[in-house]
Amino acid sequence: MKHVLFRLASMLDKRMTEDEVVAQLADGMTLGIGGWASRRKPMSLVRAIARSKLRDLTLVSYAGPDVGLLCALGKVKKVIFAFASLDSIALEPHFRAARQAGSLEVEEFDEGMLQWGLYAAANRLPFLPIRAGLGSDVADRTARVRTVKSPYDDAEEFIAMPALTLDAAIIHLHRADQSGNGQCLGPDLYFDDLFCMAAKRRFMSCEKLIETSELCREGSVQTLRINRMMVDGVVHAPYGAHFTECPPDYPRDEAFLQLYAATAKDPEALAKFVERFVQPVSASAYREAVAQR
Amino acid sequence: MSDVARHEYCVIALAEALRGSGEILISPIGVLPNIAARLAKLTFEPGLLLTDGVATLMANVPALGAEATDVIAEGYLPYRSIFDVVWSGRRHVIMGAGQIDRYGNQNISAVGDWQRPTAQLLGMRGAPGNTINHATSYFVPNHTRRVFVEQVDVVSGVGYDRARKLGAQAARFHNLVRVVSNLGVFDFEGPDQRMRIRSLHPGVELSQVERETSFELARAPDLGTTRAPSVDELRLIREVIDPKGLGRKEVAA
Repeated sequence: MKHVLFRLASMLDKRMTEDEVVAQLADGMTLGIGGWASRRKPMSLVRAIARSKLRDLTLVSYAGPDVGLLCALGKVKKVIFAFASLDSIALEPHFRAARQAGSLEVEEFDEGMLQWGLYAAANRLPFLPIRAGLGSDVADRTARVRTVKSPYDDAEEFIAMPALTLDAAIIHLHRADQSGNGQCLGPDLYFDDLFCMAAKRRFMSCEKLIETSELCREGSVQTLRINRMMVDGVVHAPYGAHFTECPPDYPRDEAFLQLYAATAKDPEALAKFVERFVQPVSASAYREAVAQR
Repeated sequence: MSDVARHEYCVIALAEALRGSGEILISPIGVLPNIAARLAKLTFEPGLLLTDGVATLMANVPALGAEATDVIAEGYLPYRSIFDVVWSGRRHVIMGAGQIDRYGNQNISAVGDWQRPTAQLLGMRGAPGNTINHATSYFVPNHTRRVFVEQVDVVSGVGYDRARKLGAQAARFHNLVRVVSNLGVFDFEGPDQRMRIRSLHPGVELSQVERETSFELARAPDLGTTRAPSVDELRLIREVIDPKGLGRKEVAA
């Protein structure tokens, strides 16, 4: 038994660094980002993208500071979204600034439609029917969607939510092993599994990288929500969701969130923020910078 | 009961919007809608389901701002399950509105040109799906012409004119129940399903509401004042649900 586990582990070592993940991404890609608003966002991966040369990305996200930071640093061509929020500050300030400057292409959906688009992509379907969107501006103005008629006797018309197929997806979980099994110890997985299943290349960062045999000591088998079929690369990223929340490991860093938000009104403050908090590569250097603020 | 504050009338009006709901999920966005849903559950709608705002269904009705340890869980409802509830229709949401028009079209997306807004708001969030699938009410703490507009810049939540255009079949779950503002209570039982004033909060003149609204409001034949909370309801609001007085800051007295 132990022998089999050992062989599996050595065969499927998917560990890599944030910068190695970035090396697998390319300009113009469509990138899905897990988490929700300012909750359990893969921020160490987002920072790695922020300091890379990548550009013209299309982002699909239940958006928070992931989208905001990448917009602020000119990495983004288009955002596919339903909202952008920092939770404790209702509106994401950098996304707001980019929208009001007219510098972004956007496609705006209902939040349930985003789920349906990811689910369609995950199921290799071109679309899924949904009632959400009918009658609103999503139907013919803020997003490019068509309708579909039920082939049954009811002949009812629905929105045909198109598949949101992703070139790559990034998510952050609490625990993972090196072959890509991920464990969610928090209150909500959000749609992290769908982001992975909708994407061609899938990368997961984790708070703690542990042995497979340790996973069920951390939580029940029902917390193992991401399996290794869904993941191509695993990044050990302690504090990797900071300053978004990652309970039970840590709450949202409200003071840091305020500091981040203030950079939307002040280019100098943004430059300083980037130098202090985006440039540090290692988890320990980042954590030290945060501690010294 | 002359010492009832304006926000407490808002709470009563929002709670009344939930009367008769039975065993469905209530999603109250904001402090006063939260107080209202809890009040309804503690009084005339004990079957309502409420979450802690994260992913736990609460069997009990803890005070606003209570510790997580005060919650008695009766179920698990992460976002994915909430979306399932939306599609199933067993839900009543109380949302805000950056703009709302006479047919109840609501905008929380952007003000100005959608391509390049003068003010980016939250985004569509769940408004399109909510309004086409289940009961929806709105709470507006600052009733002005900037909110109650002739025409919304972006339609996030679907109003009655748009719903009608979809046809009876597609719009059969569309149901805008109430709009409650800091000035009064409104429904869509006016001619052509237009917004109608149902009651004024005590101390508010009809002329004030009309001045602060960009479109013509229909009037309920029995237009009166918003009902006052009972002694027991007032005690529940002040001592049980909102002992810290968070609701008071939400609307002008």
